[in-house]
Amino acid sequence: MSNWPLLSITTFLPLVGVFFILLVRGDDDGAKDNMRRVALITTVFTFAISLFIWGGFDPQNPGFQFEESEAWLGGSIGYRMGVDGISMLFVILTTFLMPFCILASWNSIQNRVKEYMIAFLVLETLMIGVFCALDLVMFYVFFEAGLIPMFLIIGVWGGKRRVYASYKFFLYTLLGSVLMLIALMAMYWDAGTTDIPTLMAHNFPAGMQTWLWLAFFASFAVKMPMWPVHTWLPDAHVEAPTAGSVILAAILLKMGGYGFLRFSLPMFPLASDMFAPFIFTLSVVAIVYTSLVALAQEDIKKLIAYSSVAHMGYVTMGIFTMTEQGVQGALFQMLSHGIVSGALFLCVGVIYDRMHTRDISAYGGLVNRMPFYAVAFMIFTMANVGLPGTSGFVGEFLTLMGAFQVNTWVALMATLGVIFSAAYALYLYKRVVFGALDKESLKSIMDLSVRERVILVPLIILTIFFGFYPAPVFDVTAASVDALLANYHAALEAAQQTAMLAH
Amino acid sequence: MYQAIVFLPLIGFLIAGLFGRAIGAKASEYVTSGFLIIAAVLSWVAFLTIGYGDGAVVRETVFRWMESGPLSVDWTIRVDTLTAVMLVVVNTVSALVHVYSIGYMHHDPDRPRFFAYLSLFTFAMLMLVTSDNLLQMFFGWEGVGLASYLLIGFWYKKPSANAAAMKAFVVNRVGDFGFLLGIFGIFYLFTSTDYDTIFANAKGFVEAEPAVVLNFLGYELTQQGALTAICLLLFMGAMGKSAQFLLHTWLPDAMEGPTPVSALIHAATMVTAGVFMVARMSPLFELSPDALTVVTFFGATTAFFAATVGLVQNDIKRVIAYSTCSQLGYMFVALGVGAYSIAVFHLFTHAFFKALLFLGAGSVIHAVSDEQDMRKMGGLRKHIPITYWMMIIGTLALTGFPLTAGFFSKDGIIEAAYVGHNAFAHYGFWLTVVAAALTSFYSWRLAFMTFHGKPRASVDVMKHVHESPLVMTVPLMILAAGALFAGLIFAGVFMGEGYEAFWKGALFTSAENHILHAIHEVPLWVKASPFVMMLGGFIVAWIFYIRSPDIPRRLAERHDGLYQFLLNKWYFDELYDAIFVRPAMWIGRQLWKKGDGAIIDGMGPDGVAARVQNVTSWVVRLQTGYLYHYAFAMLIGVAALVTWSMFSVGGAH
Repeated sequence: MSNWPLLSITTFLPLVGVFFILLVRGDDDGAKDNMRRVALITTVFTFAISLFIWGGFDPQNPGFQFEESEAWLGGSIGYRMGVDGISMLFVILTTFLMPFCILASWNSIQNRVKEYMIAFLVLETLMIGVFCALDLVMFYVFFEAGLIPMFLIIGVWGGKRRVYASYKFFLYTLLGSVLMLIALMAMYWDAGTTDIPTLMAHNFPAGMQTWLWLAFFASFAVKMPMWPVHTWLPDAHVEAPTAGSVILAAILLKMGGYGFLRFSLPMFPLASDMFAPFIFTLSVVAIVYTSLVALAQEDIKKLIAYSSVAHMGYVTMGIFTMTEQGVQGALFQMLSHGIVSGALFLCVGVIYDRMHTRDISAYGGLVNRMPFYAVAFMIFTMANVGLPGTSGFVGEFLTLMGAFQVNTWVALMATLGVIFSAAYALYLYKRVVFGALDKESLKSIMDLSVRERVILVPLIILTIFFGFYPAPVFDVTAASVDALLANYHAALEAAQQTAMLAH
Repeated sequence: MYQAIVFLPLIGFLIAGLFGRAIGAKASEYVTSGFLIIAAVLSWVAFLTIGYGDGAVVRETVFRWMESGPLSVDWTIRVDTLTAVMLVVVNTVSALVHVYSIGYMHHDPDRPRFFAYLSLFTFAMLMLVTSDNLLQMFFGWEGVGLASYLLIGFWYKKPSANAAAMKAFVVNRVGDFGFLLGIFGIFYLFTSTDYDTIFANAKGFVEAEPAVVLNFLGYELTQQGALTAICLLLFMGAMGKSAQFLLHTWLPDAMEGPTPVSALIHAATMVTAGVFMVARMSPLFELSPDALTVVTFFGATTAFFAATVGLVQNDIKRVIAYSTCSQLGYMFVALGVGAYSIAVFHLFTHAFFKALLFLGAGSVIHAVSDEQDMRKMGGLRKHIPITYWMMIIGTLALTGFPLTAGFFSKDGIIEAAYVGHNAFAHYGFWLTVVAAALTSFYSWRLAFMTFHGKPRASVDVMKHVHESPLVMTVPLMILAAGALFAGLIFAGVFMGEGYEAFWKGALFTSAENHILHAIHEVPLWVKASPFVMMLGGFIVAWIFYIRSPDIPRRLAERHDGLYQFLLNKWYFDELYDAIFVRPAMWIGRQLWKKGDGAIIDGMGPDGVAARVQNVTSWVVRLQTGYLYHYAFAMLIGVAALVTWSMFSVGGAH
């Protein structure tokens, strides 16, 4: 097994599923079920394969592992794959969540099932590719191509305002992509290679770092999304089908944070240092601002979308503290948010499938008829609030701890989010789940079906498990984060010494 | 054994929570209560071994939690005398409340859920008191908050219960905001969150050459200043959990929960977590006189403020809730003047008599068909004699009747405040003395309004009045025994000659702190003042509610402003609603509609879209449809191109 190109297999296995789905003929219920089954089997199998990556991963090694390298496109641009402690768990998160997305779409998607499943499987390939690619051009291709299936998922299977939402999503990301492409070309001209490990060791001139950093920032900030380029997210979430929201919140948002860790910090350390206060400002504004906005929401999905923006504020803040707690916390927060926000959108999907509305005012008193649902939703709400003992706490706590070491004002303002998150999350829970069941339309609502329990229970277990025992994650990330920070601080020091010598 | 004490309630929670429906309500009750009784017995064993034996500090690591750079946190069970005291308090009261609830919740269809929550709460509270580091304490801290939230909102159909549950959680989070920052600060200064490391380094840290060690919000703090800032941040957490002045508003509302919950969480255990935290962190607080001064101020203010509000409340549970708030203030006064052991002793005795009062109130409410308004009670003495006598014992202990439990601890606090050295010690002394009179008044007012006089309940209700079953009265008797004798038995070791041998350094006092000796040398009038106050309060209550019951009404009419002020709890809820809740909602809405909608989207995507439409409509206007227009435009274009190529390309050659 050890000589197999595991990363390529994991990345492209979903395309095999696409091939089989294309073979299915007809459009009757049986054919649809077959397509769903193929998609499910493919994603489960991909997840199983990806576990071998975790199994064979050496946590002591800070560098890239499972490396593959083939000449491609004339030598300078290569087919290079590899994972380190920063990217590996994102691969697992992606493969882990895909089967749940397929299951969540089992009944709710009835139109164009074939195209839907193909879009999801292609999306999976592209997402895994982003986290495995070790070549700038490959990364760019995976990163941008991922937009297309997502754009289609929102635009074709979305809600009433899907065209507006997908268009907004596209417009925002377009600007970032163009700037990033220009930056990629500039980097190639300067370093003469698109190999990411080589680029990480390459010293870009200080002035150039600033521009490159800004160009990458434009792209990653939109993806994250950071305030003030976040407004596409609530609309996209609201209109996307449940599984689309899950992927959007759980994986696509993480690409921005991953990008900061993979490119901005190691390749442009001077610029990162220079812009850190800028990032802190945006992060703190995001945490406070979007939490307050979340408080005023009337749409369940929009509320959770805004809370996602606030949670991503912790991530960006943590990354740019350049402390071990901050960066590891940010990584953990991204993984945990992947599980928790994904689960929250699944929870919304459960009641949306029944009532076909996302208005908070249309619900109330669900606990009376849906006790299991109430428990699941409570656990994820508490994880969202960052209660110790759930995975949500660990990341939030560590990023704040990192921030305190750098700037107490940042830590103070960001910690306010602890109060606001409790307010908006419990306010939502109170309005949707608690209370007497008065509304006529809800009187016959059914509790979780077996399929829905199969989806939610593993997520509950993981949320609580990582809350009590996050060590498996830290064991994987520690070495790579240490190396990242050591290189970063060494680069800053070297630059300082050069500056001193110049005087 | 120590692991059993902590994890038995967790197992009980899991059994009742996961399989409650399958095994039925009866089984859930017996399993959870049984486990708690075992845990309680083991706790007493632990208490005797640790407190009275040679008792080294017990430390059992369960497994690791977080590791990131220098931060390394494990799940650990750490038991010293302070923890052992808390184990006894938590598990004893919890076991009795479990048993009592079997009777009290008899009619409720959701009993498995109720018992699961109770056990969950107990587990979280035990994690809090057995913690070895600040993070685990924070876990327990938030865990009890969660359990409290779930139990206050237990009757989820009542909107008021849901609102109260949410309020409790959010207000506590305001305190946690400070607690978290305090933890960050400690990690920043000591590079650890373990108690032993922090405490071992604290003294050397303060005594080192002054230098700027922390830049907090722009202030350059030296060691002393940094420590004070951190202690105050931690104290903010304690204020939230222990319902101190300004962060107290959630506690009275928490009475929406079932009464056994009020007894366990909102009287005996959870609300004392703040006191426990400050006592646990005594090695830090003791080094920061400024922080202790603030603690004294807030404690004394709360003791007085809550007592005044308690005077006029009509809901039987709310009176006791304000009393709890006030008594917690007493404990903080003791902490503030450096008398940590007296504070913990009051915590210990208070757990008995306040749980007794709450469970007694529950028994009354049970008897009068779930009525809580004391104006509709009266004359119940003959009908529920056991409850009556138990409540009287609780009242005696609370008001500090000689030789009851409250007498030792409360008088100790008042004397300690008198001899305390900090700037607010005398403020604390006078306010606690006045509050002692108020306490006596509202306690006897409660007793008289409920049990004496003529029945004011409807005939229908009076017909159904019945004494509670044994499963409810036996816990009352056990607690009553504690309320009567806990002071006599334990005062010596907690704050007397046995101090050193009992605590074994679990509470830290600096070399200059002689408060435990000084309290024996206070003037006689100071010693006598609590007793006089108690007597005065009793007499006034007797005149008001037994001899001439129309005085209170006339008094309220004459001083209507003051009466309304007290009845409305100093208008704190209205104030907070006006300055925090409404503005937050308003700002949220403005940011959403104006910030996101008009500004960001308006200038961003929607604006771009509008521009694109402008341009296209302009282009559309150009398309007139006449062929000669197009031909003309093409001609100009071709001419321009030819000219350009002639000049640029031609010029190059």
